[in-house]
Amino acid sequence: MLATFAPLSGFLLHLPILQVIIPLITAPIVVVIGIARIGWLLAFLASIASLVVSYLLLMQVIDGSVISYQIGGWAPPLGIEYRVDAANAFVLLILSVISTVVLPYAKTSVEKEIRAGSQTLFYTAYLLCFTGLLGVVITGDAFNVFVFLEISSLSTYVLVAMGAERDKRALTAAFDYLVMGTIGATFFVIGIGLLYMMTGTLNIVDLASRLEPLSGNRTVQAAFAFIVVGIGLKLAIYPLHLWLPNAYTYAPSAVTSFLAATATKVAIYVLLRFMFSVFAPEFSLASGALQYIILPFGVIAMFAASIVAVFQADLKRTLAYSSVAQIGYMLLGIGYFSNTGLSATMIQLFNHAVTKAALFMAVGALVYRTGTSFIPKLAGLGRQMPWTSAAIVAGGLSLIGIPTTVGFISKWVLLTGALEKDWWWMAILIVASSLIAVIYIWQVVEVLYLKEPENETVVKEAPLSMLLPIWTLIIASFYFGLDTELTLTSARAAADAFIGAVSPIAGASQ
Amino acid sequence: MEHHLILRVITKILIAPIILFAFYVQFHGDFSPGGGFQAGIIMAVAFILYGLVFGLRQCKSVLPDWLVHRIMALGVLLYAGTGVAGLIAGGNFLDYSVLAQNPITGQHNGILIIELGVGVTVAAVMISIFYAFAGRPPRISDEDW
Repeated sequence: MLATFAPLSGFLLHLPILQVIIPLITAPIVVVIGIARIGWLLAFLASIASLVVSYLLLMQVIDGSVISYQIGGWAPPLGIEYRVDAANAFVLLILSVISTVVLPYAKTSVEKEIRAGSQTLFYTAYLLCFTGLLGVVITGDAFNVFVFLEISSLSTYVLVAMGAERDKRALTAAFDYLVMGTIGATFFVIGIGLLYMMTGTLNIVDLASRLEPLSGNRTVQAAFAFIVVGIGLKLAIYPLHLWLPNAYTYAPSAVTSFLAATATKVAIYVLLRFMFSVFAPEFSLASGALQYIILPFGVIAMFAASIVAVFQADLKRTLAYSSVAQIGYMLLGIGYFSNTGLSATMIQLFNHAVTKAALFMAVGALVYRTGTSFIPKLAGLGRQMPWTSAAIVAGGLSLIGIPTTVGFISKWVLLTGALEKDWWWMAILIVASSLIAVIYIWQVVEVLYLKEPENETVVKEAPLSMLLPIWTLIIASFYFGLDTELTLTSARAAADAFIGAVSPIAGASQ
Repeated sequence: MEHHLILRVITKILIAPIILFAFYVQFHGDFSPGGGFQAGIIMAVAFILYGLVFGLRQCKSVLPDWLVHRIMALGVLLYAGTGVAGLIAGGNFLDYSVLAQNPITGQHNGILIIELGVGVTVAAVMISIFYAFAGRPPRISDEDW
């Protein structure tokens, strides 16, 4: 049977590499053609192709199996290996879904926000960023993670700086991000270098087995610290988040929507990969880091960033701080160090990606019509842009975690994880921090619906090409809040891929 | 720099050997020190030198911005395309052995094309960086030197 479909089975064998090279090859083709319209079309097609590939990959590995692909036919651990399991297939799917939804939106938004001559380069940078993120997730080689991380980061700096057309502050935001991101990447590669020095290998599976006897070694501990801090910068763990609000605020709307939904999620994945796959969970320092760093900073982020979000005058910035707070929930799930906790993190990856992308796109639509996201200037827009405003409210409900939204599902799993451990005080903290989200969402609702418009100029509803992607994600955020079959199964499978069905290790609990 | 006759004549004499040397480093790279990256830099040096002595505008009339951008992209395509050729020929991505009947020949061809892609891209990127830096401040007139 398979023999008759030889080309098809051959295609299936090469799925892991196709996931990365489809957008990678499309990027230079866009430059060569040099027409923005065609560039957008190619980027969109590449994104759809990635979506198909990532779906096929997830279906192959959701039962817990692992696909290994050898680049250039060189066997690991010497050659570079792409390794797909349930955990990264799930993240790959999130990435491709978000990219496929954001791109139709990007077309309209980019035409307005970016100079005509730079639009093809925008799509090229976008595709490279997408390639880098996919590559970070799919590769099974520690150094390759660094390479892809740099591909995605460098293109991200360019994308953020492209916001300078609308607001010159995008340039300093991009520069800040460049400095912080480079420090992060350098720390990460120093950590990898130390690991390589101790073990002589870069393959993640091989690293894990060789690190087992070395868990007390000082160099390995230093490597662990460098890697956690390096990824922490990329991830915007609470005290290391300072690049994020500016970058998200001043980047073009489409870029913010894409990055908010993908970049930090990928960093979370890398953190999980290194904490649970490379360093054995029993590794003394890893459990210490979970207990004394990840968990407390997660909780601080939930509160501090939410409170800061309340006092922002720019809607994009409010949402950016809310992202930092939501990252806190993901860290919390990791900090539980239990299967439920990791499932909560994985499902929060998906849920927050959908919600935040929708919200940032909706704010982008406001910017598209009014030219600003300054909250007092949005007064009374609820009547003039009903669909966009309704989307912001719906997305806000999901951020707060109202039942029937995806935000509720992630918080529910987080609460379950806390109660499993008898951490009732943690459950109270989670609910309390959600209440702060009510405040900043309510502020926006108040301005949009209850205030009279400042001036009499009539603002039209956003174009359909923007509303459709926004509402696709909003509907998804309600659909997956009711039907959790696919997301919870995938999240559980992903959590199993990281720590298996093992019971929580005693050292990590209280 | 129009009155610097010696500089201009020497530059014109030098450019051809520089390009020739770039090709040598490029295509002899698999037998001796060198390869795509080094060759790309040397190739770019020829254009940068030309730009420094004869002016950015003159240099851009030989190699305009849009062409540089496309050359940059073509180099990447050459690299990635070789990888895909390996896929189509039945191997894994970037598997050169399947590119010819004889695996050794295949690997030889593969790395040659890959290095060419690297060289082309590196040269274009270097020239592009030069353009970006040189094109930024207002042009200084000859009297101000």
